[in-house]
Amino acid sequence: MADLSIDFAGIWSPNPFWLASAPPTNSGAQIHRAFEAGWGGAVWKTIGSPVLNISNRYGGLSLGGQRLLAINNIELISDRPQDVNLREIAEVKRAWPDRAVIVSVMVESTRQAWHDIVKKVEDTGADGFELNFGCPHGMSERGMGAAVGQVPEYCGQIVGWVKEVATLPVIVKLTPNVASVVPPGLAALAAGADALSLINTINSIIGLDLKSLEFAPSIGGKGGHGGFAGPAVKPVALHHLSSLMTDEKILSFKKPVSGQGGISTWQDAAEFLLLGATSLQVCTAAMHHGYRIVEDLIEGLSGWMDDHGFATIPEVTGKSLAKFSDFKDLDLGFQAVARIDAAKCIGCNLCYVACQDTAHQCIDLLRPSTGEKVEPRTWSERSNGKAIVADRPRPKVREDDCVGCRLCFNVCPVDDCITMESVASGRPSVTWDQLTKAKPELADWDGMEKYRKEVGIEIH
Amino acid sequence: MPDTATRVLPAPPPSLAELLGPLTPHEAQVEANRCLYCFDAPCLQACPTHIDIPGFIRKIAQARPRDAAKTILSANLLGATCSRVCPVEELCEGACVLGASFKPVSIGRLQRYATDTVLHDTRPLFTLAAPTGKRIAVMGSGPAGLSCAGELAKKGHSVEVFEKSDLPGGLSTYGIVTLREPPEVALAEVELLRRMGVVVHVGRELGRNLSWDELDDQFDAVFLGLGLGRVPLLGISGDQAILDGLDLVEACKVDPASLEIGRHVVVIGAGNTAIDCATVARRLGAEVTIVYRRTEAEMTAYPHEYDFAKAEGIGFRFLTQPVAVVTDAGRVKGLECQMMELGAPDASGRREPRPVPGRTVFVEADQVFAAIGQTKPQGPAVEGLTFDRGYISVDDTFRTKRPKVFAGGDAIRSTGAASTVMAVQDGKLAARAIHGFVTQEARRG
Repeated sequence: MADLSIDFAGIWSPNPFWLASAPPTNSGAQIHRAFEAGWGGAVWKTIGSPVLNISNRYGGLSLGGQRLLAINNIELISDRPQDVNLREIAEVKRAWPDRAVIVSVMVESTRQAWHDIVKKVEDTGADGFELNFGCPHGMSERGMGAAVGQVPEYCGQIVGWVKEVATLPVIVKLTPNVASVVPPGLAALAAGADALSLINTINSIIGLDLKSLEFAPSIGGKGGHGGFAGPAVKPVALHHLSSLMTDEKILSFKKPVSGQGGISTWQDAAEFLLLGATSLQVCTAAMHHGYRIVEDLIEGLSGWMDDHGFATIPEVTGKSLAKFSDFKDLDLGFQAVARIDAAKCIGCNLCYVACQDTAHQCIDLLRPSTGEKVEPRTWSERSNGKAIVADRPRPKVREDDCVGCRLCFNVCPVDDCITMESVASGRPSVTWDQLTKAKPELADWDGMEKYRKEVGIEIH
Repeated sequence: MPDTATRVLPAPPPSLAELLGPLTPHEAQVEANRCLYCFDAPCLQACPTHIDIPGFIRKIAQARPRDAAKTILSANLLGATCSRVCPVEELCEGACVLGASFKPVSIGRLQRYATDTVLHDTRPLFTLAAPTGKRIAVMGSGPAGLSCAGELAKKGHSVEVFEKSDLPGGLSTYGIVTLREPPEVALAEVELLRRMGVVVHVGRELGRNLSWDELDDQFDAVFLGLGLGRVPLLGISGDQAILDGLDLVEACKVDPASLEIGRHVVVIGAGNTAIDCATVARRLGAEVTIVYRRTEAEMTAYPHEYDFAKAEGIGFRFLTQPVAVVTDAGRVKGLECQMMELGAPDASGRREPRPVPGRTVFVEADQVFAAIGQTKPQGPAVEGLTFDRGYISVDDTFRTKRPKVFAGGDAIRSTGAASTVMAVQDGKLAARAIHGFVTQEARRG
């Protein structure tokens, strides 16, 4: 059984799963229940400047009946009285000494305000801070949250103020609403941050009400952008995480990163670890299904680690980063083609239409009884009955023409029915970077065509 | 002419009410979202009328049931009836790609969900072509006739339907048990056609109060959607005491108060109508036995109907051939039956039953229904036609030997299983041929 405990910038946690600073960590009573359910830590919903909330606060993204593929919110930081929050933080930490209790903070951008809040939190006995430089709505209009995270100088300045008085570890939570998270991350680390976390929510308009023509949700007839989170944002989060964890300057600080953004399952958790996260934060999945999901996260991650022989989280963290590559360093000689397992194919022919209409026209429909190629919609109007299934045309890839785009693989509804097989390309193994350095003439079409002929690349 | 739109038929007893309830909008969306939206989908091909099934299901998933209904009705004007009576296990759902590994999309119930939303919607569904001035008579208002009439009306022709019974709808109104289709559905479909301009006359029958001369004089083409007749006599001793299974079904549809069911009911035959009769009798409290001279392997009832009958508690006696109805003072006491065994394959390709010498059995019954098929087309309506095995002969375009007369539906189905949806397709294809015929005539001038 794998050891899931982590030491994150000096904060110990029995497992890497923390509830992110958000509605699930709004109060002591909630966090008591979350810890009873098994969460390793909780980042208290951001405390700081006074706020007034509105309703409706959440919008959901559904697809094909599947709810909350993503959530969009305009709830602000904690609206509870600050002394109540501080008292409950202390109570929770006293009751749960073996769990990580981190306090998210955000105040107006003055040295004094930051000093004050840091001192108050230090008095609670909490394990650390998370500076909220990411909230993209409401607070950012008041010069806080993402308004700070989007300007590296501000990040560095505020981290500096915090570090002047903080004795506990300081985590800086970054906004994804930037071209790159590296500059703000670097600024935070250079100013003394002990760790980074990402991503906060993404700017978004979740939708419109097609009856009223108002925003959905509508706040008294109006609406606007909110923070986008949940399963649909995971790829964006993984991208930002990998961009941090492959940056030499970031790595030179040797500081851990807490990963978040759409983690719902143990598989998601494993992916964040493999790209360099040490602790994992969860919000939307808990908002959808409650604290109980942590059991599955722990059990699933632990089982997967056992299967792979990973004994501890640090063994997993960053394991796949060595495989990260820029496009220019990918092997142009590598060739994959799609292969359809006829025994698994159910005959939906979605691969055919996807390839035919939007890819490279290299899947044919063949009649099983004769092997002949048939065009779609050529069956007789007088045919009917389920017996037609027996000789229904089935898709087959013309491998010589397949460019290996992998669209059909993604479209196929049956697991492992379409596989991408790597085949000998007959082309040299070379990257774009190597090739264009050796052959500058490839920058022109004439040179490119000549090279293509040379290595047998035929574009049809 | 009775106004079928406002005529209220008596409701059947609860035990004979429609078996499946309608899907709620949420149920329909959940089910619709299971559809993979196959390309050139097998369900679409397996449907005899080739409804764009993935297309209409996608519209349901997008909360557009009326558009879904339009998609359905553009291929099959009797989509509401078909959604209830089609043997979907043998057709669309039987071909669904999800069937092999899990369970097919409930296409029939989704189709019902969509078509039910427009059954009483008086807004026009189709844009009709400009009037052609051509007049077409349709004999019979069953599925074949109505389908043909509606398709011709879309093309701008003036169509009049002549129905011999009091109510239009044919088999859908009179011959499908209420458990599967209440008569109101078929009557609403007739109203939908009337809204498309189709004139429907009831109580009019060739040879009774309508003549071929009138048709020849007044119409540019005629379509015969005559269906088949009553259940024939068995030709055994005492067969006058055997009741017609179709009468039982008809009573449950239009006059359920008249239903009188015995305590021990025997149904002769093992087709889908036999199972319908047996189900009605069973649900009204009788002990019911189906007797059939062959075995379950040769039954013409669909496998899902057989499973349904067994689940209803209907008994089956196979290899049992009735030879005489035993009566006592005019009251039925039972059936004297000869036990059979299977021999070599007969003309139908099924193993022929033959008597086992000396083995007979008496099956107790106080009421006996026969559902052994229907009599073939006959009488003045088929004058001047030619026949194939007793069914009306037509060419590839549904033309009969009689000039400007076309035919379709059960009356031409000389081979294979007849069904409502195939009759609908006949009507549709015949309408196309009739349209070509009358417009070519016009060009020839």
